[in-house]
Amino acid sequence: MNADRRPGGRELTPARMNLGDLIRVGSAGLRSRPTRILLSALGIAVGIAAMISVIGISSSSREDFNQQIAALGTNLLTVSPGQDLFGEEAHLPETAESMIDRIGPVESATSVGILSDTMVYRNDHVPEEKSGSIAVMRAQTGLLDTIGGTVAAGSFLTEAMQDFPAVVLGATAADRLGVGSVGPEQQVYLGEQWFTVIGILDPVPLAPEIDTAALVGWPVATDILDFDGHATTIYTRTDPDAVEAVQDVLGPTANPEAPHEVDVSRPSDALAAQHAADDTLSALLLGLGSVALLVGGIGVANTMVISVLERRGEIGLRRSLGATRGNIRNQFLAEALFLSTLGGAGGLVLGVGVTTLYSTIQGWPTLVPAWAIASGIGATLIIGALAGLYPAVRASRLAPTEALAVP
Amino acid sequence: MTVKQKPVVVLDSVSKVYAAGIRALDDVSITIEAGELVGIVGPSGSGKSTMLNVLGTLDRPTSGKVFVNGHHVGELTDRQLSALRARTIGFVFQQFHLAPGVSALDNVADGQLYAGVTRAVRLRNAERALIRVGLGHRIGHRPHELSGGERQRVAIARAILGDPMLLLADEPTGNLDTTAGESVVALLRELHTSGTAVVVITHDHEIADSLPRQVHMRDGRMISEAAIVAAVGRGSQEVSS
Ligand SMILES: Nc1ncnc2c1ncn2[C@@H]1O[C@H](COP(=O)(O)OP(=O)(O)OP(=O)(O)O)[C@@H](O)[C@H]1O
Ligand SMILES: [Mg+2]
Repeated sequence: MNADRRPGGRELTPARMNLGDLIRVGSAGLRSRPTRILLSALGIAVGIAAMISVIGISSSSREDFNQQIAALGTNLLTVSPGQDLFGEEAHLPETAESMIDRIGPVESATSVGILSDTMVYRNDHVPEEKSGSIAVMRAQTGLLDTIGGTVAAGSFLTEAMQDFPAVVLGATAADRLGVGSVGPEQQVYLGEQWFTVIGILDPVPLAPEIDTAALVGWPVATDILDFDGHATTIYTRTDPDAVEAVQDVLGPTANPEAPHEVDVSRPSDALAAQHAADDTLSALLLGLGSVALLVGGIGVANTMVISVLERRGEIGLRRSLGATRGNIRNQFLAEALFLSTLGGAGGLVLGVGVTTLYSTIQGWPTLVPAWAIASGIGATLIIGALAGLYPAVRASRLAPTEALAVP
Repeated sequence: MTVKQKPVVVLDSVSKVYAAGIRALDDVSITIEAGELVGIVGPSGSGKSTMLNVLGTLDRPTSGKVFVNGHHVGELTDRQLSALRARTIGFVFQQFHLAPGVSALDNVADGQLYAGVTRAVRLRNAERALIRVGLGHRIGHRPHELSGGERQRVAIARAILGDPMLLLADEPTGNLDTTAGESVVALLRELHTSGTAVVVITHDHEIADSLPRQVHMRDGRMISEAAIVAAVGRGSQEVSS
């Protein structure tokens, strides 16, 4: 027992505390004050749940949208006349459609042409102004296949039907005209004569202009309604791998002499842009969620500060048992981390639950992105560390005698 | 005692001055040998607790030198002092400082939490220590299920878990009735017999008089040291005069 012979340092070298002991010490403080701990963890939980459900709901909605778009196809391109150099409305050449059809990757092309002077009414008494903004268009039999439309009732224009005064109504058009069914008794007054409604369409997401249209066959349009022969929109479906390339050549192909007088668009992009507009609302909600999280973090810091004040005696005792300042600091840091992790875990469960519930009600697929969960966990740990740091450092700086002097 | 052991603690003209010029310790020198049993007595505010804290490295003196087991405390860092406390010094306080809601066994096991001892060993040592202080039948009891005397014995078990060379007790009987106090003093005496140096502050003259060595404090000064073989009455008179 010769003290000099001991490795001089051992008596003076603090032992490293192992992780198990740190966890035990850090969680002991939580177990002894369950109510306060649950309440302050709740603050974090609300913040995390708000953020997770905002992200989850918006990604579920986006996932649903993407699935819809994928079902509709992103390979539909539309060609329509733009304006000429003088700002006048241009026309597509009559050869445009057949030229486009000849582009290699184009799988189908079909056109519609608006009969701008022709109106459609429920009956022949309606005054002219009340045309209800329904466009009369001549269409080809392949239209629905190309734009991905479906009939809600009746049938679309067929080769056999084209010569007769028959009309197919877009979903909105049918609604405005008050036509709910098809058949010989369903007549609308179109141009200067009665047309039979043979079909009503479902809404067409990629070509919403069809929803407000009354579609008639090509021969009828030219024979009875004086159609001028210019297509107003050409729809094409292309090989999905060549959409961009086709998009680039559509203008010059449709109108080789004046390619800039042609508007080419990709409706799925327009839909996506429209959908993206919702992001501002998501950002706002996300902001609210992070404020909630911040408040939760302040709650944890507050709980920790009080905890340190109340437990000065314990701190003094631990220093007398040989705890270093680092041991004390780590103990309270661990406690703050446990506290915020508890809240974070609760928040994750809650957020995923809310997302699942909401998207199930909406009929969406549920999608909580992994990055959202990862950042939820990350935010929790950062908040715990930040909220715990100040109280923990304060606890560790406490002089042992001062800590023990507390009654 | 074939080999002369070095003293456990030495205070060499130690002073502790607080703000406003309060001299809680005023030029105190004392040497405590291994295995001694020392009582510190004196009126309230005379600097007993201050002295104990300095002896136990919980506090640093304003001037003078402190040696614990040969180490010059003034030259050690806070980390080194912590290690020294973890392995060499045990503390017992008037207020027990037991963790509420935690069993006696776990409370005692914390005595070696910072000494680099695995939990399994700590628990085994804790059980032995509890048996040693006569609480082998109260191992699973939590503090509120124990009497005051039992609580203080749990605290003593915790303090001696790592077999420290030096046990410092600040009024360990202050919150106890006579019988419980006697059992605690008997325990301290037993530890002293088995080789631990014990320094105990007490207000109880009967207890103080029964200790082999007494240190009398007043106004931060050591006014006398009396060995039990010397005239006990003289020491008492000086305190009361
Ligand atoms: N942190 C401090 N700041 C200023 N003065 C202090 C401080 N701690 C103690 N004192 C003063 O130092 C003197 C000695 O205090 P100490 O606690 O050592 O007395 P004591 O002998 O233990 O008394 P008691 O028997 O009442 O416990 C007292 O006058 C006290 O007011
Ligand atoms: Mg005192």
